[in-house]
Amino acid sequence: MKSGSNLEKVLAAGHFSVTAECGPPRGADPEVVRKKAAYVKGNVDACNVTDNQTSVVRMSSLAGCLLIKEEGIEPLIQMVVRDRNRIALQSDLLGASAMGVRNILCLSGDHQKFGDDPQAKNVFDIDSMQFIHLVKSMRDEGTFPSGKKLDGAPKFFIGCAVNPFADPFEIRVPRLKLKVEAGADFVQTQCIYNMKKFKEYLELAKKQGLHEKVKILAGVTPLKSAGMAKFMKKMVAGMDIPDEVINRIAAEPKEKQAEKGIEMCIELIQELKEMEGIAGVHVMAIEWEEKLHEIIGGAGLLPRPVVE
Amino acid sequence: MITGTPKPIEEILEMLEPYDNIILAGCHGCVTVCRVGGEKEVQVLASTLRLAREAAGRKIAITEISLERQCDPEYVEKLRPYVSDHQAVLSIACGAGIQFLAEKYAITPVLPGINTGFLGVTERQGEWAERCQGCGDCVLHLTGGICPVTRCAKSLFHGPCGGSSQGICEVGKDVKCGWQLIIDRLKALNQLENYGKLKPYKGWHTSRDGGPRRILREDMI
Ligand code: SF4
Ligand code: SF4
Repeated sequence: MKSGSNLEKVLAAGHFSVTAECGPPRGADPEVVRKKAAYVKGNVDACNVTDNQTSVVRMSSLAGCLLIKEEGIEPLIQMVVRDRNRIALQSDLLGASAMGVRNILCLSGDHQKFGDDPQAKNVFDIDSMQFIHLVKSMRDEGTFPSGKKLDGAPKFFIGCAVNPFADPFEIRVPRLKLKVEAGADFVQTQCIYNMKKFKEYLELAKKQGLHEKVKILAGVTPLKSAGMAKFMKKMVAGMDIPDEVINRIAAEPKEKQAEKGIEMCIELIQELKEMEGIAGVHVMAIEWEEKLHEIIGGAGLLPRPVVE
Repeated sequence: MITGTPKPIEEILEMLEPYDNIILAGCHGCVTVCRVGGEKEVQVLASTLRLAREAAGRKIAITEISLERQCDPEYVEKLRPYVSDHQAVLSIACGAGIQFLAEKYAITPVLPGINTGFLGVTERQGEWAERCQGCGDCVLHLTGGICPVTRCAKSLFHGPCGGSSQGICEVGKDVKCGWQLIIDRLKALNQLENYGKLKPYKGWHTSRDGGPRRILREDMI
């Protein structure tokens, strides 16, 4: 075991894993996190806590991780390189590991122009690829990048994100390969709606044997309405929602669209579950955590396995 | 070249508030090429300022001078005979030129008349675009001649990120994704294998992050 995290154990035992995500609040109220945690608990093997996603200031991901951990959920800390240089990143890695966070997702982070502070200075001292490498070398070599010895190496199951739907398509698998070489143990994908394109991507990854080197967790997000689908397609860079998906949910009357969205999400998970090379699913029910149980249970993925 | 844009006239007028006898100093270097601080711009700005101050009921005397370069001691000296007769110097050279004047004329206020921009190129008449951030350790040979530090909004060394869509960067519709450009160029050069290697963490100490920089050429001193 590299980290001994529950997620790592579940995957190592050959189970189809489930992760979800929890966005910390825009304020200091821990109750918001605890409330979300109650919906997550029992439904996942680990739960991502996002790091100022879309550059909107929120409670720190480390604090969020500790709060959900107190509630009995295994945390998966997301860390972006947008706001911290290598000094701060290393320090936070040590802190997170010391507090028992065993899973990490290494990200670049959305550009600050999307948030409330577009005038902020960004950092990007190292990029997400190098960040993966940094975590791995601290964990496996027990050294800082400077070569100096660590007083106790941080233990992380190392994750990265990929967006198979961003351009140029031809570089997406080579980029995943690079992330695997840098040290990624698992990867969570951008939300999948365009199954055809995703399959194409997966085939290319499999040709390189990447599914055997890295655990691929397929990302899904249930659509709440046709409006949400259209909004995401238009506003979120690199989000690929085919018209037939939008049409399917739009065909329902407004009050039935949410239900349809959940049904479609469950179908998608069931299809992913059968695909060779997919090791798990990452359910991003954005501000809709209360539906996690229904979705994950509906896909036949409950109860979650207990691995010793 | 170093590019820049004129400061809003209101801002300049506010800076000039305490003075009624100044030098307006242009530069024949980069700022002439990008039409923001050359002889012509000196003339135009001087008359605008004079008119505005006259309208405000407080005339200002402006001596117009353009130097060959404001970043060279030899040319900066040419201003010396005039400086003591004036209350301040308004310079429309780049930030380096403005500072060099301030350094050489220690007891005369030197004011910026332009906002210095970036190291860039003239893409077409009237349009300039950034190309280099002077990071002090050039990697253009690895990236198809396109700078990841400058052309990628996140200065990624292993792009493109998940926000790259149809050649456009996530920061805005009119910003090309630098990494799409890099991939395209590497492909054209048959050098895509350069992509597949993990690049060492960038040493930003050769950039601004190492503190103000200096180049010392012993052979020339
Ligand atoms: S790599 Fe550095 S020196 Fe080279 S073009 Fe980019 S910023 Fe300029
Ligand atoms: S879209 Fe391209 S240029 Fe923009 S941040 Fe991502 S990789 Fe860099």
